[in-house]
Amino acid sequence: MSLYQLQKFLYVLNRDQASQRRYRDEIHELLNDFDLTDEERQALVEGDIGLLYVLGVNGQILMHFAAFLGIEWFDYLELMREGIRKHGPVRAGVYAMTGGGERFTQEEKTR
Amino acid sequence: MSLVYAGVLSHAPGITGRADLVRDVSIRNEFYEKLDRQRKEIEEMQPDVLVVVAAEHFANFFMNNMPAFCVGIGEEHAGPIEDPEWLKIPYTTVPGNADLGNRLCTEIMKSVDVAYAEEWKLDHGIMVPLHFLTPRYDLPVIPVNINCQGPPLAPLHRVWAFGQALKRACGTVPERVAVVGTGGISHWPATPDSGKINAEWDVEFLDRLRRADKKALLSYTDEATYREAGQGGFEIRTFIAAAAAAGGPLNLQFYTAKLPIFAVGCTVGRFEIL
Repeated sequence: MSLYQLQKFLYVLNRDQASQRRYRDEIHELLNDFDLTDEERQALVEGDIGLLYVLGVNGQILMHFAAFLGIEWFDYLELMREGIRKHGPVRAGVYAMTGGGERFTQEEKTR
Repeated sequence: MSLVYAGVLSHAPGITGRADLVRDVSIRNEFYEKLDRQRKEIEEMQPDVLVVVAAEHFANFFMNNMPAFCVGIGEEHAGPIEDPEWLKIPYTTVPGNADLGNRLCTEIMKSVDVAYAEEWKLDHGIMVPLHFLTPRYDLPVIPVNINCQGPPLAPLHRVWAFGQALKRACGTVPERVAVVGTGGISHWPATPDSGKINAEWDVEFLDRLRRADKKALLSYTDEATYREAGQGGFEIRTFIAAAAAAGGPLNLQFYTAKLPIFAVGCTVGRFEIL
């Protein structure tokens, strides 16, 4: 249930400008609208992309949160890899690690 | 017979959003040229509407109420829901066709349970195809969503049934209907493995479309697809629905796995309608 709430928070944030304003101005009050664990709250407050990925947030939701935070594409990919290194494999949701987090584009390898 | 065109094409936000990062510009441009040829082929059939069978990405639907199939029957649709600067597609309003959408939906419901939506926000899954296929956004669009984001997923034989129901519905209306299915084949979008493509798996899937081999197309299990083609592989549902609507073999007009910056193998094809 908790992953559902975590993803719901980001789903709402991604599409609702009022929530985006509240994220910047009164994030703790905004978080109180959702039933989240302390770890999930901390990940959202800090914009911890790596931990959010490990917690199981779908990338189709997470990549827009990263863009909202101003994180560039390749940095977004690297933050998820860092999250795996720091926190271990994805814990829940549709993802399991089927790759080693290697870089799959020449564009990124030569960055 | 009012189904006048059926085809497939890839979608991914990188196809427009990361176009400037591509190193092999010649392959990218060839892909764009094939998409433009697809636009011309659709226009030559003079459709009244374009049905886009897509796999939306939490633009309209969330896990609080996720339809297996949904048809957009609104007067108009707006998008992209993503940051236009990020997607590099300006925000726009796309005409729908509420009356035709209602009639198609009613006919489809005679054999397949579908949800409908009078309000629909377009994400990259439809905006990227429209950017190439209807760049003036002047052709009415009826969006269709098949849940491909995560289980529980509609089984492939139900996806086939949906495609057949769509074709039957097209046969009951006087309007000329074009249908495209848009998805990825193997891909791992928006994950650390973004850019990974199982080209061998893609080619085998496309070959099954080229043979119009229903039995082979419906033999994939979600477990094997996930293992070999990633969570993005669930989007084969959109291609399979288009194949079922067409009934004939796919003329594969373009495929490459050499644009991993787009995070998907890039496909363009047209079905023979039987």
